[in-house]
Amino acid sequence: MSEPLFIVSKEDWSLHRKGYEDQKRHQEKVREAIKENLPDLVSEESIILSDGKEILKVPIKSLDEYRFKYNSNKQKLVGQGMGNSKVGEVIGQLVPKHGANNGKGAGKSPGEDIYEAEITIDDIQEMFFQDLVLPDLQNKPNQEIIVEDIRFNDVRKKGLMGNIDKRRTILENLKRNSLMGKPRIGAISPEDLRFKTWEETVLPRSQAVVIAMMDTSGSMGMFEKYIARTFFFWMVRFLRTKYEHVEIVFIAHHTEAKEVTEEEFFTRGESGGTICSSAYKMAFEIINQRYPVDRYNIYPFHFSDGDNLTSDNEKSVKYVKELIKLSNMFGYGEVNQYNRSSTLLAVYKQIKEEKLRCAVIRDKSQVYTALKTFFSSKEDNNLNTESLN
Amino acid sequence: MGEMIELEKAVGEITEIARGFGLDPFPIHYEICPPEIIYTLGAYGMPTRFTHWSFGKAFYRMKLQYDLGLSKIYELIINANPSYAFLLAGNSLLQNKLIVAHVLAHADFFKNNYLFSRTSRDMIESMTTTAERIRQYEMKYGKERVEKFIDAVLAVQEHIDPYLFQNDGNIKTNNGINDHLPNLQRRTEYDDLWRLEDRVEKNIEEQVQKKFPTTPEKDLVLFISEHSKALEDWQRDIMTMLREEMLYFWPQIETKIMNEGWAAYWHTKIMRELDLSEQESIEFAKLNSAVIQPSRRAINPYYLGKKIFVDIEKRWDNPTSEEQGQLGRKLGGGKKKIFEVREMEGDSSFIRNYLSDELIKELDMFIYKKVGNEWIITEKEPKKVREELCNSRINGGFPYIVVEDGDYSKNGELCLKHQFEEVELDIKYLEKTLPYVYQLWGKAVHLETTIENRAVLFTFDGKKNFRKFL
Repeated sequence: MSEPLFIVSKEDWSLHRKGYEDQKRHQEKVREAIKENLPDLVSEESIILSDGKEILKVPIKSLDEYRFKYNSNKQKLVGQGMGNSKVGEVIGQLVPKHGANNGKGAGKSPGEDIYEAEITIDDIQEMFFQDLVLPDLQNKPNQEIIVEDIRFNDVRKKGLMGNIDKRRTILENLKRNSLMGKPRIGAISPEDLRFKTWEETVLPRSQAVVIAMMDTSGSMGMFEKYIARTFFFWMVRFLRTKYEHVEIVFIAHHTEAKEVTEEEFFTRGESGGTICSSAYKMAFEIINQRYPVDRYNIYPFHFSDGDNLTSDNEKSVKYVKELIKLSNMFGYGEVNQYNRSSTLLAVYKQIKEEKLRCAVIRDKSQVYTALKTFFSSKEDNNLNTESLN
Repeated sequence: MGEMIELEKAVGEITEIARGFGLDPFPIHYEICPPEIIYTLGAYGMPTRFTHWSFGKAFYRMKLQYDLGLSKIYELIINANPSYAFLLAGNSLLQNKLIVAHVLAHADFFKNNYLFSRTSRDMIESMTTTAERIRQYEMKYGKERVEKFIDAVLAVQEHIDPYLFQNDGNIKTNNGINDHLPNLQRRTEYDDLWRLEDRVEKNIEEQVQKKFPTTPEKDLVLFISEHSKALEDWQRDIMTMLREEMLYFWPQIETKIMNEGWAAYWHTKIMRELDLSEQESIEFAKLNSAVIQPSRRAINPYYLGKKIFVDIEKRWDNPTSEEQGQLGRKLGGGKKKIFEVREMEGDSSFIRNYLSDELIKELDMFIYKKVGNEWIITEKEPKKVREELCNSRINGGFPYIVVEDGDYSKNGELCLKHQFEEVELDIKYLEKTLPYVYQLWGKAVHLETTIENRAVLFTFDGKKNFRKFL
C-alpha cells in the first residue's frame, strides 16, 4: 500500500474564525429577537417584580430551531441506576420556571433545549429607551442648572501634591538618570514631578417634574393595577436613566388623593370609589407650591380604569384643562380590558388640546405602546396621530 | 517538537496493535488543534461546512461549557478516506494514546459497517463546494434571503429517506417531466416507460384519480425540492446539497451506541496491550472511568455499547450446551461474532438482538417519565426496557413523517402525516415548523397526527395555524 497508515500534523489554525463569525450572527439575531419581543418583555412580570437588579433569562422564541419533535412531557425515556433502582422512585425534580409564568409549561428536562437569552434590565432599557424622550422639554431660563463634571485629562509639571502622577514621575526620573548614565530609579528631584490636572465641564440642564397619579380605587382590579404599575415602573426608570434632574411626585387616589412615597405608590392597595378630580386638585396645589412654572417643565401622568364618579367628570375636565395650561404635556392612560364605553376617556376626547395625550391599554403588550405615545417628541407624536387618522 | 515525535511513535505502535487485533480502519490523518477548532468541528460536524447562525449558537454553547470546565471534547473523527482525527492541543501523551486507540476503532466502524457503505468518503471536499456555492448565492440573492431559506430547510432536514438511493441525481429529469405534467407525475423507476404510454392518449380523468405520491413519501426534502412550485433553481440546489449532507451524517445518528461502544471496547483492549507506567495506568483508569461513566437520566452510549459488545463476546465464546446443539454455536466464536455484529447492525437492531434480559438487569436499566413535577421510574421489566430503548432509536430518534398527499384538496396543497407510534408530537414546535414547510412549498400545508387518541389535522395557510379533529 502506497498510502501511509497515518499522518500526525499540527497546522496553523489561527485564522480559522468560522465559529466566532457565526456566533456573532447568532448574537445579532438574539438582539433582533429581543427587540421584536420588547412589547411583551416590557410587561414581563419577572422584570417588574425583580427590583431591577438581576440578570433575566428571557426565552427567545424565534431563536429556537423549530422542527417536528416529540412532546417531552409524554415521552418515556430509558435510564440507568446504581443497581438498586425501584419502580416509583423519583430520580429528578423539574425546576419551576423563574417567576410566575403561568401556563407556560415546565422547566428544563433532560435533553430538552430551551433557548434562553440572558439579558439585564439595562439591555432592555438601552433598546427601549433609545427612542423615548420627554416631549417638549424647554430650557427654563430662570433656573439653569450648572453641572460641573471634573475630568482629569492633562499632565503638567506644577500641581497639587495630592494629584501627583506617580508612574509618569518615576518614568521622568528614570529617563533623567539614564541620560546621566545611571539607569535606575532614585534621587527624585522636583523637575521629575508630574501632576494630573483636570478640566471642568459645564453643562446646562433643564429642570423637570413628573407627577405620577394612579387610581387605586376598588374598581382597579389585579390586571389594571398591574398595568399601571408596569407603566410607572418603566417611566421611573426611563426618567432616572435619561434625565439627571427630574423629580417625581407620586399621588395615589380613590375618592381622596394622597401624596405617597415611591415605595408606597408601588405597593399599596386601596379600595373605594373614584374621584379623579381629587388627584388633579392635589397635583395643581403641589405645582403651585413647589414647582413654579417658570423654573420647571411639568409632566402630569394619570392612570385609571376610567370608571370615574360621573358627577365628578365635569370637575375633572376643568382641572385637567388647568393642569394642561401649566404643563408641557399631560398624559392620561386608561386601562380598559373589556372596551367599556362610558369612561373618562370619552370625556377627555372632547378636550382639544395638543398637549393632552391619551392611551388606552387593553392588553399587556400595549404598555409598550403607551410609553411610546407619551414619551415621543411632539413631531413624532403628530406623525403617529396622523397615520392613525 | 519532541512531543510530536513521541506521539507519532505511539500512534505507530497503537495502529499496529489495532491491526493485529483484526481492526481494518481507513488511514488516519491526526491533526492537533486548539480548543476553538475542536468546538467549531463539534458544532459544524465538519471543518468546511457552510455558514449558519445555528452552528454559531452550538459553538458558543460548547465553547462556554469548555471554558467553564463543564465538559471537554478530547477528540473528533471525520468519516472519510483517509479519516481525519482532531486531537485537542494540550492533551497529555496518555490521553492521546487512548484517543488514538479509540478513533482507530471508529475508522474501522466507518469503513466496515453496512450503514456507512453508501456514505460519500470525500465529503470534506463536497462540503467545501457546498459552502462555496452557498456563499455565491448569498452574494447573488442577498445574505438574509439565503439565511431565511436555510432556516426553513434545516427545520425539516431530518426528514429524508436514507435508504432511497435510487433517486439520487434524478431530480433534474423529474423536474422536466413535472413541467409537462403538473400534478400527475408519479415517481417510480419506470417513469420514462410510463411516459411513453401516456402519449398513447390515456384517459386524463383516470390519472387524476391516482394518488400523488402513489405511496407515502418519507423523503420530505427530496419531495419538496422536486415538486414545490415555489422554489427557484438556487433553492432546489441548496436543498439537494443539504440533503446530501444529512445523508452523510445519518448513519452516525443511527449507530451512536454501537459506534461509541465499539470504540470504547477497543480502546480498553488496546490500552491493556501497551506498556504503561504505574502513573500512566492510574491516569488511564481515571480517564476511562470518566468516559464510560453511566448516568441516571440518559444512556451513556460508550458504556452501554461497550457492555453489549463484551456480553456478546462472552456469550459466543461460551455458548450453553443448548445453544451449541440447537444453534450450532461453537466455543470461542466471540471475536468473530462481534466483528460480524459491527458490520451488520444499526443501533435499533443491535439493541433488539443483543441487549439481553440479564444485561438489562445487571445494568439496572429502567424506563422513566415525567409525572407532575417529577421524573419517576415507571418500569423495570427487561422486555419493556429493551422495546422502549429500541423504539427510541428508530429513525434516528426523530418522528416518522411522510408526505401523504402532494395535491391536497385538489389544490396543490401539501399534506404530511405523522406515522403515529406512541408518543405525541410537541404541538408548539409543530405549529412553529409548519410555516417553514409553507415557505418551502408555497401553498397551504397540513399535518395529520394523533393527540390524546384523536386524529388531528394541523394546517398553516400562510397566515394562521388551524387545528381540526378528523
